[in-house]
Parts: sequence; structure tokens; C-alpha cells
Amino acid sequence: MTDLHVTGLSKAYGPGAPVLDGLDLTVPQGALAAVLGPSGCGKTTLLRIIAGFLRSDAGTLTIGGRTISGPGVHLPPEQRRIGIVPQEGALFPHLSVARNVAFGLPGADRSTRQRRTEEMLELVGLSGYGDRMPHELSGGQQQRVALARALAPEPALVLLDEPFNALDSALRTGVRADVRAALQATGATALLVTHDQQEALSTADLVAVVRGGRVVQCDTPHEVYRRPADPWVAAFVGDAVLVAGTADHNNVETALGRIPLTAPTGELRQGVVVLRPEQLHLVDPDAAEAGGTVTDVRFYGHDAMVTVAVDGIDEAIAVRVPGQAAARPGERMGIEVTGEATLHAAAM
Amino acid sequence: MHPADPVAQTDPAARPTGATPPAGRSRAGRPPAALLVPAAVAAVFALLPLGYLAIRSLEHGPAFAWGVIADERTAQLLGRSLGLAAVVVAACLVLGVSLAWLTVRTALPGARAWSVLVTLPLAVPSYVAGFAWLSAFPALAGFAGAAVALTLVSFPYVYLPVTAALRGTDPAQEEVSRSLGHGPLKTFLRVTLPQLRPAAAGGAVLVALYVFSDFGAVSLMRYDTFTRGIYTSYRASFDRTPAAALSVVLVVMTIALVAAEARSRGRAGHARTGTGTARPAIPLALGRWRLPALAWCAVVTGTAVLTPLATCGYWLAVGNSATWEPDTLADTAATTLGVAAAGAALTTLLALPVAVIAARHRGRTATLLEHSAYAGHALPGITVALSLVFFAVRYAEPIYQELPLLVCAYAVLFLPVAVAGTRAAVLQSPPVLEDVARSLGRSPLKVLREVTVPLAAPGVAAGAALTFVVCMKELPATLLLRPTGMDTLATRLWTETGTGSFAAAAPYAAALILLAAVPSYLLGRHRT
Repeated sequence: MTDLHVTGLSKAYGPGAPVLDGLDLTVPQGALAAVLGPSGCGKTTLLRIIAGFLRSDAGTLTIGGRTISGPGVHLPPEQRRIGIVPQEGALFPHLSVARNVAFGLPGADRSTRQRRTEEMLELVGLSGYGDRMPHELSGGQQQRVALARALAPEPALVLLDEPFNALDSALRTGVRADVRAALQATGATALLVTHDQQEALSTADLVAVVRGGRVVQCDTPHEVYRRPADPWVAAFVGDAVLVAGTADHNNVETALGRIPLTAPTGELRQGVVVLRPEQLHLVDPDAAEAGGTVTDVRFYGHDAMVTVAVDGIDEAIAVRVPGQAAARPGERMGIEVTGEATLHAAAM
Repeated sequence: MHPADPVAQTDPAARPTGATPPAGRSRAGRPPAALLVPAAVAAVFALLPLGYLAIRSLEHGPAFAWGVIADERTAQLLGRSLGLAAVVVAACLVLGVSLAWLTVRTALPGARAWSVLVTLPLAVPSYVAGFAWLSAFPALAGFAGAAVALTLVSFPYVYLPVTAALRGTDPAQEEVSRSLGHGPLKTFLRVTLPQLRPAAAGGAVLVALYVFSDFGAVSLMRYDTFTRGIYTSYRASFDRTPAAALSVVLVVMTIALVAAEARSRGRAGHARTGTGTARPAIPLALGRWRLPALAWCAVVTGTAVLTPLATCGYWLAVGNSATWEPDTLADTAATTLGVAAAGAALTTLLALPVAVIAARHRGRTATLLEHSAYAGHALPGITVALSLVFFAVRYAEPIYQELPLLVCAYAVLFLPVAVAGTRAAVLQSPPVLEDVARSLGRSPLKVLREVTVPLAAPGVAAGAALTFVVCMKELPATLLLRPTGMDTLATRLWTETGTGSFAAAAPYAAALILLAAVPSYLLGRHRT
């Protein structure tokens, strides 16, 4: 069992607001969890504490039931069996690719080490590259070697620190898929730190959104996107349309019409309704009860974002339209809503 | 302070204070004991002479020491040292700033070649310059000769930081000034020059430090400054307390200057932040000033570089086998190599733990250790030598006037050179590599052996080579501490020049110039 449990983790650098403020996180065995948050939210600190490079002020860390950090316990990094894949790979420049990968393998048997190294290079699609030096590889290849190096000693957990940041966007998708496949093949539990919501949603099994040193929501990518914990999370993981609404059983009344709720809201009656721009559709002005005037159209190629000033709402709302938008600024349009929405307390 | 390596002193990484620790990440945890203990030994070693000097100067009571310090002769020496420093600094500012501007900002023909030529004088030891000028123009002996020799070897201390500042300033600011209606000269005076002031001030402090601590040029030119006064006092009397008291004054002067240097460097750093990646400036066309500008560069580099070479060549040609003494030259060279190798080995060994701690661990202990190791940076060679004499006579009689004491003096003097080089080399590899090695199961010491040191090895080797060469060139400490009958190239040159045997001195001067070229070559290769 190599599931990771983080409980009540706190860390402050000097006086002032703590970087981590009682953070809780659970990653089941074999899962790839993304820690997603804006810069400064404490995600890098979290990663360095888990790896053992930093000491926490309070809280416990256990991996597969073994406490690696807690009151009176602080295992040094070399005893934790946690692999790390840093930004830009950080391969040892003075060692060949094979020796980089073999760096963490126990010294005993040479042939075993060699076999394991080849196995790992094959896993990341780089068999035959063992004799190269790191500077002879492309950025994406270096990143894959770094993953092979981290996986070689069969760590209990792999930490990935924004590993795709240094790659250009064309390469990123491919390397991301390769890394995911390699992690799945080894069954390793992994934690990916990133500020890129697309990366988190498309790569991870679980997304933990971190703000102000706490996990504000931890769920599958789909749930985090569909049912964000609050309007901030909604806006952080994607484009969000926020409108005021009043709950009525399983529906909510808004200026855009009556929309079904994802879940009953209990006590909450009045609040903010979160929708995604792709849930809104532009229709003939007479065909819908809600409507407004188009103020702006932005074309992105695969889709377009149309901004509409809706009657009865102060702020303009965004509507995502596939392909080319059939609307021009100044035109009147009706708006239809599909799917479900969430309702949140208005204070956010 | 000593006529040591220019690069170690102008390199921002060589700075003990105010240097930024490894980017962003705080390195938690105390340094391991296996590093801490040897580093502490090195630090104590570096501070020992300074402490002993203070004790020794007060041996006959504070009243006696004050008597020496308040003496009219001391005031005279002080005045002479300050006067010489003022003249040399002013001359260096004119030469350094003008050449920097010409080579960086104007369409000077051959600007790249000039920018290399202009820094060459740094490699000439002050006493070689002293020999060259004295043997060519004996009438220069005294203040004028000392000022000329010192200016021509130390103006690159101003040239280098000003060049860096000029390259760092955003040309867009000058373009804005031009667009607002100011001509090129007014723009230079109102926009460019104020930005160069911190860099020029930092360079000026280095030049003053060089002048204060110089022994070779002033003693050959027979111009009495503090260093020469200390040497004379030490040689003249069995009572060494007066020499110690004078040394204390010199140390206080140099420490004040080092503090001023640290401050001016701190400001220079602030002045340069926020410039972003500066686009290279479009070189200013010189027009009819082209020839005068070329002539200026040619005259300065010509006198600074060609005079020593030409003088050596002349005396070599004039000399005959009687003055040549190739056997003695070979012997002396071999001795010099041996002593310097021992000095470099000890220095590098002591520097390694200090440098790794300085580069990788922040905190009070690290800062304290690093600052202690830099004590030699503030100590003129002559005071380090004197303090080691005192120490050896009292506590280590067997090594007095023996080789180990001289090697120790080199280590104290040049520990800053080796620490700076090694620290920069360690900083060049990202700390994340060490994190990765830890996560792959290596203990801190194994990480040091398998990752940190192998990666820093080329830089450490370059630092050791540099230390080796500065040891070979060292004069005042060698003069005082060498075993009886032992000579290095530097002491032979000094003795022969002192007795006016210029032809006999020339081979040693030539050998030293050749030697001095080595670090420039090595560092040039190391950087590219």
C-alpha cells in the first residue's frame, strides 16, 4: 500500500501569514493527483515538505501507513523512498543517461542494475539512449529520463514539480501523455504540482485545488469542473459565467431562466449561480425567454467567445460558440441554457 | 589585500556580503558536521594572525602602542599613503571610465580587441611595473614613479566594473533622453554618468585598497608609505612592537576601505535592478574623434603593457651570461613552483568546506565562516607575514623561517581567492540536483562526493590554478617569511632591482610576466 495521507500540515516562513495552513490531502494508491493552485498558494512548499527538503511546523505525513513526518518524526529525504521529477528535469550533467537512471538503484548487483535501467528507458521510450549525455537530449527527452530516474528505485511516491513547464506547447501534450502512461504502467502513486488548470484536468485522476495553504476542493477533474466548491474554484479551473439566482427545490431561478441544480442546496436560497460558457447557446431572440445585446465577439479558431449584455444582469456574460460565431456586435440574441448549475453563497 | 587576482575581486560572486544565495529556495538545515568542522578550522586559521597582531601590538601596554601610532613619523607615512592613493585613484578614474565608454558605447575600430588589451595590465605585478619604469627612467624614483607604476597596473579595477555597468544600463533610457532634445554629450553627463557612479566608486575603492597594501612598487621606487615603513621598522629593530602597531593602523585603514567597498557594491546592485534584458546599444559614431580616440587607447595600453615588455626585452638583450645565470634562474623557478604548489594545495583544501557551506547553506554560521575566511582580503601581505612571525616565534618556534610558515601565510592571504572561485563553481550547478540525489537515497556526504564536488571540479581546478599563480607572484610575505637562502622569482627580482642590477633582474621579470599571463588564459578558457 502506498497511499499518501497528509493531515493538518502547516508551515510558515517567519511571522505573517503561513504558507501552509492545516492542509489535508489523501491520494489513494496508484492514483495521479494534481495539486493545482495559483503561484504563492503553497504548492511548492507542500511538495518540498513531502520530499523531506523542508520541515513542517505541524501535521503528519504517512505513506502506506508509515509515518515519514510528524510530531518527533522527520525522515531525511534519502530514507523516504520518494522520487522527484523537478522542473526542467535536473539531470546530473556529469553522468550519462544510463548512469542518471541508475543513480538511485541499490549498489549490489551490476547486471540487475543494468537490466532495470534498460527497462526504465524502454518504459519512457528512450531505449538506446543510455550512452548519451544529458545535454545531447531535447527538453522533452530530458524530462522523460528524469521520470525514468525517479521511477527506477520503485519509489512509494513520485512527485512531479511542474515538469512540463519548460516544454513548448506542441511538445507538452505528447510528453504529458507519455508520463501518464509510464506512471500507470508502474502503478506508482504520483503527485503533480501545477498552476496550469488544463494540465491538471487532462492528466490527473484527482485534482486538489489549493488556495491560501489549504485544499479547497479535491475531486475528479470532471467533478471539480462541473461542481466547483465555490465561485473562485469555478473561475480558477475554467471560464465561468456567474449570475445571481434564487433556489427553488431542485432548480434555480435566474435572469437566464430556470436552471436545474446539480444538487439540492439545503438552507441556501439566494446566491451566485455558476455556469460554463459552453452551457449557454445563442438562439433566435424570439425563441428564448432570456435575451440581450451582443457587445463583443472574439474568434479563437476552434470556437468563439461572444459577450452579451443580458437584460436584468449588470455584468455582461460570455457564451462559447463552436466554430465561427453567427453574431455581430449590436445584434439582439436569445440565450438558452443546457445542463445543470451550482449555487453558492454570494459572499464569495 | 594584495596584488593578487583581479578577477576574483571584480567578480560579483567573489563578494562575501550581499551576495544572493541560490535562487529562490531556502536551504534548510545546518551544514553537516563533516563540513562544519574543517570549515571552522579554516576560519580560525584565517583569523588567527589578525587576533595575534592585536595582542602583540599591545604587549608593551596601550600607552606604548599609542606612542608609536601618534608619532610624527606615523602621521607622515599616513599622509604619504593617502596622497599616493588619491592621485592614483583620480588617474585610474579618468583612464578607466574613458576607456570603458569608448570600448562599449562607441564605434571604436577594434573595440573588442581593445577591451581585451585594456585589462592586460592587471596581470602585471606592481613590482614588475616598478622595475620596468625604474630601469627605463631612473629619475622617476619616488612619488612620481610609484604613482605611474601603480596607476598603470590598477586602472582596470575601474575599467571592468564600469564596462559591466555600461553593458547593463538600458540604452532605451539614453534614447529617451535623445528624443527629449539632449545631445550625445549632455545625455552622457545627465543620464549615463550618474548610473556609472556606483560602479566607478566601487572600482576606485579597489584601487585605493591596492595602493594601501602595495609593497613592491613603492619599495622599488623608494617611496616611504605604510607598508615600506612597516618593513623597515621590522628589519631595523629587534623590538617588533612598533611594526605591529603600525600594522594595526594599516589594517584599520584597509578594513575601513573594504567596508566602503561593500557599501558601494551594495548600491551598485540596486542601481542596476529592473533594467531587464537590455538590448545592445547602437554604437555611437565617432566621426572626427575617431583618430584621437584610437590614439588615446593606444597610448594607455601601450604604456601599460608595452613598457614592461620592452624594458624586459631591452635588459635581456643587453645582459650577458655573467648577469644571466641560467642555473640560478632555473633553481629559483623550481623553488617558486614548489612553494606555490604547496600554497595552492593548502589554500584549496581549506577553501572547499567554507565555499560549499557558503554556497549551499544560509544562516548565521555560514555567514560567520565565510566572513572569517575573507579576512585575508582585508589584510596587506606584509601584516599577515608579520603576524605569522610573531605567532611562530611565540608558539611554533620550529617552523619560524621555515617553509610551512610561508605556506600558511599564502593560505591566509589567498583563501578569499580560492573560496570565491570554489563558491562560484558550486553555485553554478543548481541545488535541485542535490535534492534529486537525496531523494534517490544518498546521504548528505555522499551527495557532496558524488554530485556537488564532481560538478564543481572544473571551477575548483581553475580556482586552484589561480591561487597557484598568485602564490608565485607574492612578494612581501615571501620576503619576510622565506627560509634563509631561499629565493622565489619575485624576491630575486626585488633584490636585483634594489641594487640597480637591472640586467640581472630582467630574466626574473620576464618569467613573472609569462606566469602572469597564465591565469588570464585559463580564466578566458574557463569562461567560454
